[in-house]
Amino acid sequence: MSTTPQIGSPTQAALAEGGRNWLPYWLSAPGMLVMLAFVALPLVLTLSLSLYPFQSAGGVGDQMTWANYADIATDSYFHVIFARTFGMAIVVTLICIVIGVPEAYVLSRLSARWRAVSMVVVLGPLLISVVVRTLGWAVLLGNEGVINKVLMTGGLIDEPIKMMFTFTGVVVALVHVLIPFMVLAVWASLQKLDPATEQAAESLGAGLFTVMRRIVFPQVIPGVLSGGLIVFALSASAFATPAIIGGRRLKVVPTTIYDEFLGNLNWPLGAALAVVLVVIVLGVSLGANWLIERKYKQVFQ
Amino acid sequence: MNRTPYPLVIFHWLFGAFMLAPLLMVVLVSFTDKGYVSMPFDGASWRWYEAILEAPDFIDAFWRSLGLAAAAATLATLLAVPAGMAIAWHRFPGRDAALGLLLSPLMVPHVVLGIALLRFLTQIGGASTLWGLTTAHTVIVLPYVLRLVVAAATGFDRSVAQAAQSLGASGWTVFRRIELPLIVPGVVGGWLIAFINSFDELTMSIFVTSASTQTLPVKMYNHIAQTIDPLLASISTVLIVLTLVLMVALDRFYGLDRVLSGKS
Repeated sequence: MSTTPQIGSPTQAALAEGGRNWLPYWLSAPGMLVMLAFVALPLVLTLSLSLYPFQSAGGVGDQMTWANYADIATDSYFHVIFARTFGMAIVVTLICIVIGVPEAYVLSRLSARWRAVSMVVVLGPLLISVVVRTLGWAVLLGNEGVINKVLMTGGLIDEPIKMMFTFTGVVVALVHVLIPFMVLAVWASLQKLDPATEQAAESLGAGLFTVMRRIVFPQVIPGVLSGGLIVFALSASAFATPAIIGGRRLKVVPTTIYDEFLGNLNWPLGAALAVVLVVIVLGVSLGANWLIERKYKQVFQ
Repeated sequence: MNRTPYPLVIFHWLFGAFMLAPLLMVVLVSFTDKGYVSMPFDGASWRWYEAILEAPDFIDAFWRSLGLAAAAATLATLLAVPAGMAIAWHRFPGRDAALGLLLSPLMVPHVVLGIALLRFLTQIGGASTLWGLTTAHTVIVLPYVLRLVVAAATGFDRSVAQAAQSLGASGWTVFRRIELPLIVPGVVGGWLIAFINSFDELTMSIFVTSASTQTLPVKMYNHIAQTIDPLLASISTVLIVLTLVLMVALDRFYGLDRVLSGKS
């Protein structure tokens, strides 16, 4: 996989003539202009919107202020929502690691035909609308839902266990929605792994658990970490699943932003919440990336 | 090849069951003959599929989503193919920044893009219009096409193009006869994954659609927020079947894991 331009490629030729090759700029300009106009500019405007006061008529005042951020920093209502959102994201990430790593490992050991079938089962749900997947969990988790019906018919419980509109329910559904990302990331790093190292360990008498812990896991740590970051960021910013399974009372930051924007019409406060969410998610991702690159430099080479 | 140990095989089956359970439930519920969400074992019927035909607003939303996804995927492809070739084949100052900017929608939560675009489109008169919605979708699916185009373009041997050039082919001929055919799998895979992502997108669309431009996921979400009935299950089952067909196409054409992770 060579990415450096070889002698004779247009770039090299142009540089050799002392001229500048404008071709790549022309090729990427249309896409970049669209991104600047419809991503970068709206985001900057959102940042500025968060610094203006809300006026009761659904309008925006014209004196710059930190009031929206002060509200978020001092109101315990928002503290609970932020703590719930990131608590949920951490729990979902940990569960995805614990079950995603062994699943990716099994996938890597299956025969080609079984692997193709399993890939569709594991990754296919990624292509199915999150609304459909969450609807499935609502059917399973409700008080009249399938899990409670089965448990009650089997005589294991007398009263339905409350799972809809609970933290646990949202976590289970989010794990289902996001675990394909973890499996994919670990699967990618497992493909670089040399099976001879496992066979060597096995032939020296190591059991399954020891092989997993001492041989496989250390080598896939980069995949686990990058998968973990994706899952963390996506669960902290998930909207549909917490909104449907969590309901009105179990608010997270994205559903709160929705309520401020479309319910209370308090756009400046909604914008401030969005800025804080992005800052925390980006901060965690960049911080973790920095740590990973420092610690695992040799693994990436 | 040594055999996979038993505990892992059992784990694998349980994992598969976990992945399929909610989808299976949706399919089962869609065949009930009751007026509420229940299993079809004491009475199955097609009544909830017939009910779809009597729900014109869902059918409208379906066609709108289909057209929107096709338009957004096509526009994103037209923008991403040249940009992807520039990034894969040229080293130029600002290349990393260009790549970062073009992939940036992947880094921003969709709820944040949603409010940012709602406010921006309101200011420029594009709120609740189809062109505003199409532009918003183009932007969020462009990174998926770009990743696959870059992966496909990076993977191939540039000396083929140089050989053609040295034999006197013009830049346009080299592109049309050599470079484009070689990256076609990446382009088609990218278009498909962009189409699916646009068709399924909910969170951003909630903010930039209005009652008259509702997409199917938004329509379904608003319905679920009111009540969960078997009509949603039958619509969802239709979507699951359609997605399965696309998935098989995608897997044959490009490999599901490669398309989804954006690697070559």
